[in-house]
Amino acid sequence: MQKRRKLGRGVALVGAGMSNFGMYKDKNSKDLFVEAFQDMTKSVDKGLNSNDIEALYLGNFSNDFFMKQSHWGPIITDLLGITPKPATRTEGACASSALAFREGVFAIASGFYDMVLVGGVEEMSKRSTADITEGLAMASVPYEGKAGFTFPGVFGVLATAYFAKYGATREHLMNVTIKSHNNAPLNPKAQFKVTIRDLMNAKIESLKKKGVPAPQWEDEKDFLHDPSANPSIAWPIHLYDCCPISDGAACILLVAEDIAKNFTDDPLYLIGMGQGSGKGLHAAETLTSFEATKYAAEEAYGMSGLGPEDIQFAEVHDCFSMAELIHIEDLGFFKAGEGYKAVGEGLTRLDGSKPINTSGGLKCKGHPVGATGIAQLYEVWTQLRNKAGKRQIPIKDLRIGAAHNLGGTGGTCTLTILERR
Amino acid sequence: MAEKPFSDIFYEQYLHEEQLMSSRCKKCGALYLPPRPICAECHDANMEWEEIKGQGKLAAFTLINIGPAFMQKEGYTRDRPYCLGVVELEEGPRVDARIEGVDTTKPETIKVGMPLRVKYLHRDEGENKITYLAYEPM
Repeated sequence: MQKRRKLGRGVALVGAGMSNFGMYKDKNSKDLFVEAFQDMTKSVDKGLNSNDIEALYLGNFSNDFFMKQSHWGPIITDLLGITPKPATRTEGACASSALAFREGVFAIASGFYDMVLVGGVEEMSKRSTADITEGLAMASVPYEGKAGFTFPGVFGVLATAYFAKYGATREHLMNVTIKSHNNAPLNPKAQFKVTIRDLMNAKIESLKKKGVPAPQWEDEKDFLHDPSANPSIAWPIHLYDCCPISDGAACILLVAEDIAKNFTDDPLYLIGMGQGSGKGLHAAETLTSFEATKYAAEEAYGMSGLGPEDIQFAEVHDCFSMAELIHIEDLGFFKAGEGYKAVGEGLTRLDGSKPINTSGGLKCKGHPVGATGIAQLYEVWTQLRNKAGKRQIPIKDLRIGAAHNLGGTGGTCTLTILERR
Repeated sequence: MAEKPFSDIFYEQYLHEEQLMSSRCKKCGALYLPPRPICAECHDANMEWEEIKGQGKLAAFTLINIGPAFMQKEGYTRDRPYCLGVVELEEGPRVDARIEGVDTTKPETIKVGMPLRVKYLHRDEGENKITYLAYEPM
């Protein structure tokens, strides 16, 4: 049992913003961060003077590799016109900006600063798919990369282990994919605003136009079973089990709890925060769980005094459909081996009892890796403040939401719990 | 003579010699493959090398259609995937390894739990020499 964590003083969120996610030829990391920052500024109900920002914590995984440019902290403070305010970059693979959020919380909770900006950015799409695959594989455990593993391969291994242990099949991965694609068209910032059924119908139309006889797909699963529509990437992980390559940025404004009302009458409060580290596949306790997630969850639940049953909805790190099944079990939302059944029963849908990835998830919203952790919290912010429009969760008293971020082969995992009072 | 350091470099040198070498904690007896210099159980740093036979069973696998450049160089393509697995050894530890001798176009024929024996794949020469740990069905 871990020691119960607490903050030196309370920390509140008073603004949040996110760029559109996608693959952009005409926008670079700076443009994307400006988009997120201006979106955040607009969200601060009583206004923000940039000069009041005392420090920046910025998550970025590998613009060094993707863009041949490192040291993004001061590039961003300069961009915002807030130098010489200090800038610190955090790196935890795909969990890089969850770590930025955490550092920002520590900085305020300690009393050192009253207001900090936390954010994340990644620019991936200007490189070839082969380069991106190589760049991302750098975040795996060295033994895995050397053996020839890719990230889809890592989750392929976890999937065959999960299938063998619990009797799940590819159909259950498809349920996750179809659910996420149903949410995405309701999110105007998502990269893929399209359902699997729409994709299927579009494919039939395009084949018809070419005069090619279209396959008679009965439904979405029939379409996803067809290797011509949904090829294997790393068995049993197929194309539509994978998140895309994305560019994007997101940021959040954190302040000390006692000054939060100067910025908005409706701040959110950080009530639980946890982080864990983990080993590679070969050394992991089991191949159907991430110890770092479990540790992070225990820490966050302990701090908040809440349990998984109290979390009304969550964004979880669905870099692959398989990952979502593992996370919803590791976080305690469903028992081990029962996550796939819960998804099949619709419990994780937007109108289910435990909505998961209402944003469309990494799968459809996009996954600019260094921006993802903050972008997940942006969705929690949006839902808790009742600003999610068509994808607003239809729960009357929405008060508690969480975001789970994972880096590498579960090497870095976080859980963050926010509350609206 | 002092023991060779329990490092990745010496682990890989042993692989070149077709020896699968683990480290065993002299204090608590925990066994590690690849070797660790510090015991993850008792945190003692008093280890010894121990050769293991390397037979095991398939704990999980994947068939990779789009691999890194060095696998593509070996001729693996979208239509000719390669198999990677996690192998649970008789001695206890699990390792990441290439899986040979299976039909990578028929995933349903590859079974979690199938017994495997070790083999070594030597690639390149001189400074670039690399030995991949691989397994094949018994």
